[in-house]
Amino acid sequence: FENEELRNLSLSGHVGFDSLPDQLVNKSTSQGFCFNILCVGETGIGKSTLMDTLFNTKFESDPATHNEPGVRLKARSYELQESNVRLKLTIVDTVGFGDQINKDDSYKPIVEYIDAQFEAYLQEELKIKRSLFNYHDTRIHACLYFIAPTGHSLKSLDLVTMKKLDSKVNIIPIIAKADTIAKNELHKFKSKIMSELVSNGVQIYQFPTDEETVAEINATMSVHLPFAVVGSTEEVKIGNKMAKARQYPWGVVQVENENHCDFVKLREMLIRVNMEDLREQTHTRHYELYRRCKLEEMGFKDTDPDSKPFSLQETYEAKRNEFLGELQKKEEEMRQMFVMRVKEKEAELKEAEKELHEKFDLLKRTHQEEKKKVEDKKKELEEEVNNFQKKKAAAQLLQSQAQQSGAQQTKKDKDKKK
Amino acid sequence: MQQDKEYVGFAALPNQLHRKSVKKGFDFTLMVAGESGLGKSTLINSLFLTNLYEDRQLPEASARLTRTLTIERRGVEIEEGGIKVKLTVVDTPGFGDSVDCSDCWLPVVRFIEEQFEQYLRDESGLNRKNIQDSRVHCCLYFISPFGRGLRPLDVAFLRAVHEKVNIIPVIGKADALMPKETQALKQKIRDQLKEEEINIYQFPDCDSDEDEDFKRQDAEMKESIPFAVVGSCEVVRDGGTRPVRGRRYSWGTVEVENPHHCDFLNLRRMLVQTHLQDLKEVTHDLLYEGYRASCLQSLARPGARDRTSRSKLSRQSATEIPLPMLPLAETEKLIREKDEELRRMQEMLEKMQAQMQQSQTQGEQSDTL
Repeated sequence: FENEELRNLSLSGHVGFDSLPDQLVNKSTSQGFCFNILCVGETGIGKSTLMDTLFNTKFESDPATHNEPGVRLKARSYELQESNVRLKLTIVDTVGFGDQINKDDSYKPIVEYIDAQFEAYLQEELKIKRSLFNYHDTRIHACLYFIAPTGHSLKSLDLVTMKKLDSKVNIIPIIAKADTIAKNELHKFKSKIMSELVSNGVQIYQFPTDEETVAEINATMSVHLPFAVVGSTEEVKIGNKMAKARQYPWGVVQVENENHCDFVKLREMLIRVNMEDLREQTHTRHYELYRRCKLEEMGFKDTDPDSKPFSLQETYEAKRNEFLGELQKKEEEMRQMFVMRVKEKEAELKEAEKELHEKFDLLKRTHQEEKKKVEDKKKELEEEVNNFQKKKAAAQLLQSQAQQSGAQQTKKDKDKKK
Repeated sequence: MQQDKEYVGFAALPNQLHRKSVKKGFDFTLMVAGESGLGKSTLINSLFLTNLYEDRQLPEASARLTRTLTIERRGVEIEEGGIKVKLTVVDTPGFGDSVDCSDCWLPVVRFIEEQFEQYLRDESGLNRKNIQDSRVHCCLYFISPFGRGLRPLDVAFLRAVHEKVNIIPVIGKADALMPKETQALKQKIRDQLKEEEINIYQFPDCDSDEDEDFKRQDAEMKESIPFAVVGSCEVVRDGGTRPVRGRRYSWGTVEVENPHHCDFLNLRRMLVQTHLQDLKEVTHDLLYEGYRASCLQSLARPGARDRTSRSKLSRQSATEIPLPMLPLAETEKLIREKDEELRRMQEMLEKMQAQMQQSQTQGEQSDTL
């Protein structure tokens, strides 16, 4: 089957395949869309408020304290609907980020979470019976990184974290609580941040400029990165309308006023123009990178040393056999060890038994000896008693004899006197 | 009773005191601490209407990764109405900058103690005419307005220094907060300070014979702690209104000296106008005395040092005091505590051994029976 040159043909009539995009759209719309946002930022920086403002709703959540012992990720999913388009939105929060005194490990739970979502997808992909079309994609499509409005530069934690995340997720840095930065300071702050990102090699998400329809708007918006945003769910009366705003004694900051902050730009870029591109980049770039690394780790290659393409099946078979072989070997080892242990234990027990017997014998002998001694003594004692009795009897006899003879003598004496 | 028309003249004492103190001048050491980017330098400049930080270089984020804390001192002489103040501002750049901030507050504690040590040495010396007081009289601690109260690092720092320096907690960049948010944050911080048993500087109560206005002002000031401040080095000149020191935004201008906008005036009044002397006195009478007492106590305990050095301390000469003695006070205490523990454990061990022996002999007896 040779690769033939594709020939361009012109049609003589309307066929109708120009409805393909529409078919695609209709299909997607009926399925519903899914979008997952990760918000990374310190406690209290305004992540929840910004999400509420972006999606015009109140996502319920308890504000966290500063006393979390470590960073943990909290994911919440919501079903939203606008016109006939359904969106399954998942918002993932980093709880406790930036609070600990030692923040060396702060980035780890975040990386683990992102990898876990990739892993889940990979597992599904590798299944024999898989249902990818039905799969609830939990991979993070966009990471909003909230930078604190210090006015100086990025914090060291920001740099470390973004460097760990830039190859795994689309990072969109934003300046949070931007109503604390005066206009003349904002420009300096933004360029400082961008130059620090560049000089440290952090890859942030690039709004696509290859497609004509969006190239222009993306190009003009990119100039304003990072977007300086203000969030608010409270409404204040401006003129004769109610608008989302923050009311200070010195003035009112309107969230949707482009002179006040870049909220509108963020909403435009994130949701209205590039949401689909974000999903695509996640799948074709970040996920593919993860997949490649993971499979290479497992020992899979695309080409063997002779540059012949490997079939996945063969590699898989080989791997499987290897694995089973190892399992068997381990089993043998364990069995042998078990047998050895049993033998050892048996020997020990026999020893113990012998000892016990010996001890018993010894005790018995000792007991007998004691008994004999006692009996000997008893006999001796009896003999003595007998002797004593005899002596006593003899003595008594003598005494009575003596008495008698004495009495006889006195009687004789008496008779003589007469 | 006949009214005494003769005039002795000691009513002029306050004037004499005033003249003398004016001649002598005041010196005051103020420490500012807190994470970078909370407006500390701007506030100092606003408070004393100077530009103390012209030559400052701020490091990049990558340089901050493992940055350790350093202590920087900047001195300035300011004069107003004939009164001269020699102000020393102590900065702690690098605090909270690195990713691992464990123990990053130790250099600050060390610094404060060193100033006490120096004063103790000077005070115990023969020539006490020109003692320079470099002790830290007050520490303005900046809390971030972007969070929800004190963070673990804040708590750790405050606990390490609260018995050694007057702490005045301050919320920096308070123009990030709407009025009700400010109140909530202040209350949260006050609760946390109480919970963690951190002693901040207590404003003395005003005398009962002060007028109502003063009392009210005083009460207001006490209730607004921690002070929510905004600083600015710019003077904003808006068309019709008078020029004010402030920060200009697209939606309005924050006026630094407007009590409805922030507590800057309160802080300045309290720090400079009314309580500067009290801060110095508390530092000297309470905090320094506490340090001195614990230092000398640990030296006077038996086993800590030999007799000769003890007697040396009571007839002093600055050069004769063995220099390493004072800094070891803390470690001596620790050593003594450990000795006590060891002794106790030895006693317990002996008791246990005796018990074991007893039970052994008992066992042997029962065996033979």
